[in-house]
Formats: sequence, structure tokens, C-alpha cells
Amino acid sequence: MTVGLTHFLIVSTLLFSMGLYAIITRKNAIMVLMGIELILNSANINFVAFSRFGNFGYSGQLVALFVIVLAAAEAAIALAIVLNIYKNLSTVNVDEIDNLRD
Amino acid sequence: MNTYDLIFYLFAAVTILSALMVVTHKNIVHSAFYLLFTFFGVAGLYVLLAADFIAIVQLIVYVGGILILLLFGVMLTNKITNVEIRTGTINLVPAVIGVGLFAGALLASVVNSPWKIKNPEHTVPTTKLLGTLLLQEYLLIFELLGIVLLIALIGAASIARK
Repeated sequence: MTVGLTHFLIVSTLLFSMGLYAIITRKNAIMVLMGIELILNSANINFVAFSRFGNFGYSGQLVALFVIVLAAAEAAIALAIVLNIYKNLSTVNVDEIDNLRD
Repeated sequence: MNTYDLIFYLFAAVTILSALMVVTHKNIVHSAFYLLFTFFGVAGLYVLLAADFIAIVQLIVYVGGILILLLFGVMLTNKITNVEIRTGTINLVPAVIGVGLFAGALLASVVNSPWKIKNPEHTVPTTKLLGTLLLQEYLLIFELLGIVLLIALIGAASIARK
């Protein structure tokens, strides 16, 4: 069986599942961010694959570009928030950050 | 099996295995470095999908920007001298069961769906095509993204400096 759309979709599905696993299981907020990056990458693979094998022209690749830009913005904001949390609570473990105000 | 298939399986293996190491490794710095290989593998998959510009952007933005940012976060929020750089896990068993079921359902639906596939035409350089599309059909989204990026950077700087 030659490599086609399904192969790329399988890779992106596995990547998505592992990102979800990281988000659910890891305590460290930065590991949660890495899981989000994995999920965004898997979505991007899908967009580019459908742009190649579907009938949408090059719009899929452009949407992948937009997703990359939004991922950059998200990473910057999230890192700033995590740094602030660390400054205030001296921990970045998401299971310990459960108070609204101390 | 031709060369394309071989290269695809190589990049897919690199992506999947290093992503597995990212989500299972105890040391968070090692996870960040395995993420580098995941991003490289995904960039290779983009090249195989004839998206040369996206692949280069992936390398520049993800490997050059986001990964460095994540490493910065790791360095600034862990006491490097202690052993605290190891990170714990929670909900291990429910997560394995739930994600396993989810991945199984998703894989089954992906494999069994009757996708309408058109045979890909021969590969062309996409940079000029994407640029034309970006400044004609998607001009509004392009401008909005520029504003979003500017606001995000200003916001990140002001949040982090407080």
C-alpha cells in the first residue's frame, strides 16, 4: 500500500493522542504547554495533508500558517502567565494551584 | 516501496517516537529537547506533502522561537540546582484508558472513512502562490493576525514585567 492521505492522518491522530495524554497527566504547566503544541502540530498536519489530497487549492496551507502564528502568540502569553504564577506561588504544578486569592 | 514511502516512514517514526519520549520522560528539559525532534519530523512531513514554505516556517517559528521560549520557561521556573526539575504525573491510569479509547475510535474512523481523494498534481514551489493568496483572498485575516500578534507580544511583555 503506497503512502497516501490515510498515513498522514494516522500520524496526526497519534500525535494528537499523545498531546492529550501530556495535558491530562503532567503536573508541570510547561509540560501542559508542550502537549498543546503537539496538538496544534497534529492539526497542522491534517490541514496540509487535506490541502495536498483534497480539492481546496492552497487554503489548507494558509490555515496551517495562521495556526503557527497563533501558536507563537499563545506560547508567549502562556509563558508570561506561567512566570507570573511562579513568582506569586513559587510552583508551576497545576494540581497545586487551586486558590483564587491568598 | 519507493523512496517517498521510505522517507515518509522515517519521518513518521521520528515524529511519533520522539513525541512518545516527550510525554513519558520524567526530566522536563529532556522532554523539551525531544520536542525538537518532533518538530523536525513534522517539518519533514510538510516537505513530503509539497508544502515547502510551511516546512521552513515550521522550522523557524517552532524550533527557533517556541521551543526556545519553552526552554526559557523551564529554566526560569525550576530551581536548576535542586533535583526539582523532574516533574510528576497524575491521573495516569484513567488517562491511559481514556486516551487509548479515544485514539482507537479516532484511528478507526480515520481508516474507515471514504475520503474523496484527488491524485496530487506534480509538485510546484508554493511560496509565490501562498503570497498571492495571502494578499488577495485572505487579506483581512492577514491584517488581523498581524494585530493579534502585536497585541499578544505587548501583553506578554507587560504581564511578565509586573
